Order: sequence, then structure tokens, then C-alpha cells
Amino acid sequence: MMLSVSNLHASVDGKEILKGLTLAVPAGEVHAIMGPNGAGKSTLSYVLTGRDGYEVTQGSATLDGEDLLALAPDERAARGVFLSFQYPLEIPGVPALTFIRTALNAQRRARGQAEITAPEFLKLARAKSADLKIDFDMLKRALNVGFSGGEKKRMEILQMAMLSPRFLILDETDSGLDIDALRIVSDGVNALRSPERAMLVITHYQRLLDYIKPDRVHVLAGGRIVASGGPELAHELEKNGYEQYEKAA
Amino acid sequence: MSLTTAIRDRDVTELPGKRDEDWRWTDLRGLIRKLPPPSEPFTADIGAGPFDALASDRRVIVNGRGADPIEIARGKNAIVAARFVSRGAGVHVARLNVIVGPDARLVLLESYESDSASISQASLTITLHPGARIERIVLAQDNAEAVNVSQAEVLHAARARFAQTVVTSGARRQRLETRVQHPGGNAELRLDGVYLLADKRHADQTTIVTHAGPDGVTAQLTKGVVRDQARGVFQGRIVVEEGADRTDARMGHHALILSDRAEVDAKPELEIYADDVACAHGNTVGALDEDALFYARQRGIPEAQARALLTEAFIGQVIDRIGHEGARDAVRAWVAERLWD
Repeated sequence: MMLSVSNLHASVDGKEILKGLTLAVPAGEVHAIMGPNGAGKSTLSYVLTGRDGYEVTQGSATLDGEDLLALAPDERAARGVFLSFQYPLEIPGVPALTFIRTALNAQRRARGQAEITAPEFLKLARAKSADLKIDFDMLKRALNVGFSGGEKKRMEILQMAMLSPRFLILDETDSGLDIDALRIVSDGVNALRSPERAMLVITHYQRLLDYIKPDRVHVLAGGRIVASGGPELAHELEKNGYEQYEKAA
Repeated sequence: MSLTTAIRDRDVTELPGKRDEDWRWTDLRGLIRKLPPPSEPFTADIGAGPFDALASDRRVIVNGRGADPIEIARGKNAIVAARFVSRGAGVHVARLNVIVGPDARLVLLESYESDSASISQASLTITLHPGARIERIVLAQDNAEAVNVSQAEVLHAARARFAQTVVTSGARRQRLETRVQHPGGNAELRLDGVYLLADKRHADQTTIVTHAGPDGVTAQLTKGVVRDQARGVFQGRIVVEEGADRTDARMGHHALILSDRAEVDAKPELEIYADDVACAHGNTVGALDEDALFYARQRGIPEAQARALLTEAFIGQVIDRIGHEGARDAVRAWVAERLWD
């Protein structure tokens, strides 16, 4: 099992948000997490990536058997965990190219690999930005500063494509995207599907799952997975809403 | 009250201190109980200066001695390094006159280099003629035990441009002050600053700009990073006198405090007595953005490197405004060296 989460409890500011969450995502699969607002969707993504202020009080999370929770955020990234942020941060003064290259080389160093050369890096950046229809000159600007919501999301997928992670978490990646941008972003994500990779797609709406087709759908309510099923579960949720699950939770 | 008078008269009661409004955060009176003896002439090798490779001409002022004026004749261009060097633990004053003729250009690359607990005062008078252009880069790399005050008086001119960037790592106590008489008349002024302070260092960047005529432009951006028990001081005053209509003046001061015991004192002041004036100031003092830090770490950048990257970028926005490419690179390298260790 690639990602294995067992009986995970986590609190923020002393308030328990995750209350015994259990989840397994094998390599090669895309799993969707759907749930109402406040169910703990973003908390799950931050706990898996190690953000400060998210305290795990019980349970475990492993990636290929390794304890994720014992690692620093950058160590998790070097092992291939990537989070596409719901609200990507602006990094004033750091051109996107500089930021991504710094990240890529830091990950490579952590894995004992040689750093990427400048020409190799630029070639990669040109190819991937063309795939995502991002103007290359935009990568010379400070990362995300003054970018529109859609541009920021595209920039997340560009970073994902360039860093080539193994375990991808997409947190509300469709929010703020119009239909054209949604298609471009989804194509970018689908291009990364492979037998060696797994994805966790966190979303409130079923719309994104028309583009990124999940193998499994889980319903997160009240801090736990309360139902799991095939892609048809997403359609049922779209039709009937989360109410029955919120009651059950 | 001035350090110059105190040194000349060997009278510590002449030192500016807490009771003087403009010096309340840079108290010399309380610090210096007794003045050390005057600095001896220093004839041994002083080593290379930070801008030697970039300059076509040099002024080296050691322990207050040896300052021929810098004069750039009408229409001429020059890049001059001016080194204020202090050797030993004495007291001394230095003077330098700079005159840039009509439509002449000067890149003034100024450095402060002390090696021990000296007390020094430098006074500069910088005169621009109409259409002149000066870019002044000041790099203050003082000793941790030194006391250094530099005061520059800038006489600006119509159609002229004066741009400066003062970069410092502080000293035991240090004040880098610039006063500008701004005639308006489409004269442009840029006054920028950077301070990077660690340990118990102190740096004070004070600027006083007086807009005396209409249609003048002033742009100011100062950024600082303080850690340990260091203290940064920014005082920026812009006075727009009666009749200095259509003045456009913008001042920004932003500081990062990286430890609980570090301190930043800031006093931005706008005094406006004219009409149709566009003036603004912004002042922020805070910690590094934790959200941005997590974002960088999530991408695989280790914490120390992420902090340095974000801090360097924060300061980089000031350095980017330096026009002379060689000086910009030299300052960038100097800053990076101090942020990464």
C-alpha cells in the first residue's frame, strides 16, 4: 500500500478535527475525498504534509511503510509527497523559476541525486509550461504575486509536473477555475497518472471528478471516512448531498 | 549637539543623546563616557575595498586623513570609490566634498570600514548641478565595537537625479544620515536602505528630505532584517514646504524581526504645507510569513534554506532598484553572504 492512514486523530488549537480517519491508497490509483465544509478535508492534507499547528494525537500515516508523521515537511516532499494548495501562497521577490529550481535541487540533494543543470532545467520548464499553456515569461515573475486564481492553480500543476512527485494531494484544485482552465489543469493532472503514482483528490463538488476520474470515492464527514465506493458514489453525493452522512457522523 | 563638536572640543557633554528628539534611539551621550585619544595617522596596508574593481577613481580616507574633493566636470562620467577607513581605537572626523557639474554623471561607491572600537564621524557635502545624475551606494561594514556616524548633506538641482542605497550590517552604534534639499523642478530623488543586523549591533538610517519647490519626486524604500539582540532604527522625514505643489513623495519602511529580543524603531513623518501633493508612507514590522515558509518547505526546501530564500527575496526588492549593474551584484553578494550563515 502506498499511502496508509490508520485511526488518525488530529487537533488544531486543541480542537479535535480528525477523529479516527482510516484510508488506504495503493500505487496507480486515484482516490477522491469528498465531504461537506468543515469535515476535515484540508486538515487531512495539512497533517499528511506536516504543517505546524496540526497536532496528531493518535494513529499513524505511512508512505510505502515509512512513518510520514516523523518527517519534516521538506523530507516528506523529498520522498514524493506533493500538495497542490487550495490557496497557493504568493512569494514576493522570488521568481517562479528560481523557486521551482531551488525546490527541485533541494529534493534531489535529499535523495542523493545530482543537481539538475541550468540548461536541463530550462528545457524542462519550457516543455512543461507549454503543456499547461503558461506563458514562459510568467515564470520569470515573482511566484504567484499578482496572478489570478486560475493562474495560481496552473502554477501548482506546473510545479507538480516539474517536481514529479509520487504521491499527489490536490486540495480543492477546481475552486476558482473556469471550464477552460479546469480542462487544462485536469489534463496536466491526468498526464501524471501512472502505475508508480497515487493521488488523493480532495473536493467539495463532483465537477472535478468528471475530468479526473477516480478509482475510489470516500466520504469524509465529522473527521472520519464514513462511506467508500466507486465513482458512482460521487454522482450520488451530487444528487443527494451530504446530509445523510453528516447525520451519521 | 554633534559628534563633530564633541570630538573637536573633546567634550562628551556635546554628544547627542536620548534627550535630543532626533537621536533618542541612537544615544551616544549615554554610551560614550570618555572619548578615546585622537586616531594616529595610519600608513600600513589597509587591504582592498569592497568596490575597488568597479571604480575608475578612488578616494581613500584613513582615520580622517586624505580627502581630496570629487569633482565631475560638465557632461563627464565617472565611477569613484570613496573609502572611509578606520584603523585602531581612536576618534577622528572625516570630510568629503562631492560636486557633480551640469549634465555630468557620477556613481559614488562609498564604504565604511572599521576594524576596532573607533569613534568616527564622516561629513559629506554632495552638490548637484542642473541635469546632473548621481547614484550613491553606501556599504557600511563596521566593526562590532565601532561607533560611526555619517552625515551627508545633498544639495539637489532642477532636472537632476540623485539615487542612493545605503546598506549596512551595523556597529556598536551607527547612524547613517542623509539630508536632501529638494528644489522640485522635476528633480528626482530615490533614497533606499537595507540593514541586516545580528548580535548586539545597532544601525540607524535617518533621512530628512525638504521639498522647497514644485514638481519634485521622492521615492524611498528601506528594508531591514534584525536578529539576536540587534536594534534597527529608521527615521524618515519628508517636509513639503509651502509652494512645493505637485510634489510626489512615497516612503516605505519594512522590517523583519527574527528573534524575540531584537528591536526595530521606526518613525516615518510627512509634513505637508503645499497643495495638490501626492504623499504616502507605509511601515510594517513583523516576522517571516509562516504560511509562505510552509509552502516552500512543502516543495522540498529545508527550513533554514527556505528562511534564507524568503529573507533574501524580501531584501532583494531594494537591491533590484540599484541602477549600476556591478554595484547591484556586489551588494547582492554582500547581502547573501550575511543572510546565509
